Amino acid sequence: MRFSFLSLLRNAFSAHRDWPEQWRSPEPKPAYDVVIVGGGGHGLAAAYFLAAEFGIRNVAVVERGWIGGGNSGRNTTIVRSNYLLEDSEALYDHSLKIWENLSQTLNYNVMFSPRGILMLAHGHHDVQSFTRHLHANRLAGIDSEWLSPEEARAFCPGLNISKDIRYPIGGATLQRRGGVARHDAVVWGFARAASALGVDILQNCEVTGIRRGPDGAVTGLDTTRGAIATRKIGVSAAGHTSVVLEMAGLGRLPLESTPLQALVSEPLKPLISCVVMSNTIHAYISQSDKGDLVIGAGTDQYVSYSQTGGLQITAHTLDAICELFPHLRRVRMMRNWGGIVDNTVDRSPILGPTPVPGLFVNCGWGTGGFKATPGAGHLLAATIARGEAHPIAAPFGLDRFARGRLIDEAAAAAVAH
Amino acid sequence: MILISCPWCGDRDQTEFAYGGDATVQRPAPDDADPTRWFDYVHTRDNPRGSHRELWFHAFGCRQWVEVTRDTATHAVAGAVLAGLRVGEGETP
Ligand SMILES: Cc1cc2nc3c(=O)[nH]c(=O)nc-3n(C[C@H](O)[C@H](O)[C@H](O)COP(=O)(O)OP(=O)(O)OC[C@H]3O[C@@H](n4cnc5c(N)ncnc54)[C@H](O)[C@@H]3O)c2cc1C
Ligand SMILES: [Zn+2]
Repeated sequence: MRFSFLSLLRNAFSAHRDWPEQWRSPEPKPAYDVVIVGGGGHGLAAAYFLAAEFGIRNVAVVERGWIGGGNSGRNTTIVRSNYLLEDSEALYDHSLKIWENLSQTLNYNVMFSPRGILMLAHGHHDVQSFTRHLHANRLAGIDSEWLSPEEARAFCPGLNISKDIRYPIGGATLQRRGGVARHDAVVWGFARAASALGVDILQNCEVTGIRRGPDGAVTGLDTTRGAIATRKIGVSAAGHTSVVLEMAGLGRLPLESTPLQALVSEPLKPLISCVVMSNTIHAYISQSDKGDLVIGAGTDQYVSYSQTGGLQITAHTLDAICELFPHLRRVRMMRNWGGIVDNTVDRSPILGPTPVPGLFVNCGWGTGGFKATPGAGHLLAATIARGEAHPIAAPFGLDRFARGRLIDEAAAAAVAH
Repeated sequence: MILISCPWCGDRDQTEFAYGGDATVQRPAPDDADPTRWFDYVHTRDNPRGSHRELWFHAFGCRQWVEVTRDTATHAVAGAVLAGLRVGEGETP
């Protein structure tokens, strides 16, 4: 079934009660050519690209809960590609280019809205490093503009550019191609398109073991819905990557899992038309189509798998938001929540083969992998199909830590997404 | 928020402490030339879902480093001792 104006109209007459299921929920088959562990956006995108671009359709995505119940459904949906280092610029821009036509490709409205990402510089040091950043982006062909404080306020009315606040705004960069997308729709759109191409989406199916043959190569998985044989496994389990790879004997990884929180306000009339980020005072905010302000907070420092973080972290973010937008001080917050993010020391992802033959990994996206959903899925699919890293993914291999070739976006941005 | 029972100060709010990371990491000897051991020390972690031994610095209290055993799935703290003096294991700092 394809969505079209006519199909929407027809279903409007039956009060939208008769839409068919958008993806199949089959029983697990005994064997697949490829199994993807983790039914977040990344895993589903990988399965979709395996089927759509690489002709590998005997694929399963195994998800221990429901699809999109992990970080894919918990994030603040910021999409941008203005990273500092060349390897990251290529990686994130690869993804941004797929975002631009994703709704058409999937025939599913992912509500990608390139409304512009305003990144605020506070003080002299920020202005200098942002200028460097801007020129690096320009040289890489990634759009980025410098705005004075007055121009920033003209782009985002209400922004407090007073000199009398604790961290006065010295200017901002703007990536117009960046913006937000609808997180659930991205998950559902990839699931629907993958399922239509023959991919089995197995929900409530937790992986409990990874089987390896005498030569060390993977031979299958144990799940709560039975054993599945396969020679190729792609792990896209975000915060649970260490737990899943431990099952294959890859216990110690350069990863630590921590909570990251977000919160939303009561719905308001349109107020903030772009995405505003401040690395220095640590706050980021946008407004959803429903009208709620979507606010991202920081990470707790300690290892955690509990999907709740400390309240002091969100309070700190709200202090910053109230300084940037004093007129929001009396807005009520409706919900806050956390997700478990998998952090690397250099704040760059890990994508590629592992020392275990047949086992591939896509992880370490930490606080900023939503924007990479289509790109990472595509690169993981390409890597699995070819058996070796796609050129854009090659610098992001698991071996880079031992070789000392870090891609240190942590030093570059040190921001939560 | 976590409640940490400092061996000196008693139950205190986590915000009084600074997190110091995995307490089981062993620093190789200064003359150890094996890069894989240094790689492990600098980069790799167990990152377990479950019991975790970790360091916290009681910055707004007694200013001692304490080693806390905490469940990373429930945040239940099983105990805390002065760092480097794990009871019963005879480890030296
Ligand atoms: C609060 C918050 C705000 C964020 N904001 C942004 C942002 O603005 N922009 C941005 O780019 N990124 C952001 N991120 C990061 C982003 O959400 C993630 O990097 C991205 O969504 C990861 O996608 P994924 O598909 O890899 O992971 P997930 O969606 O977490 O999917 C992993 C899946 O694996 C499953 N799984 C785990 N273990 C097993 C098992 N044993 N068996 C089977 N399945 C298993 C999980 O249930 C889960 O569904 C944010 C994250 C959080 C938490
Ligand atoms: Zn103390």
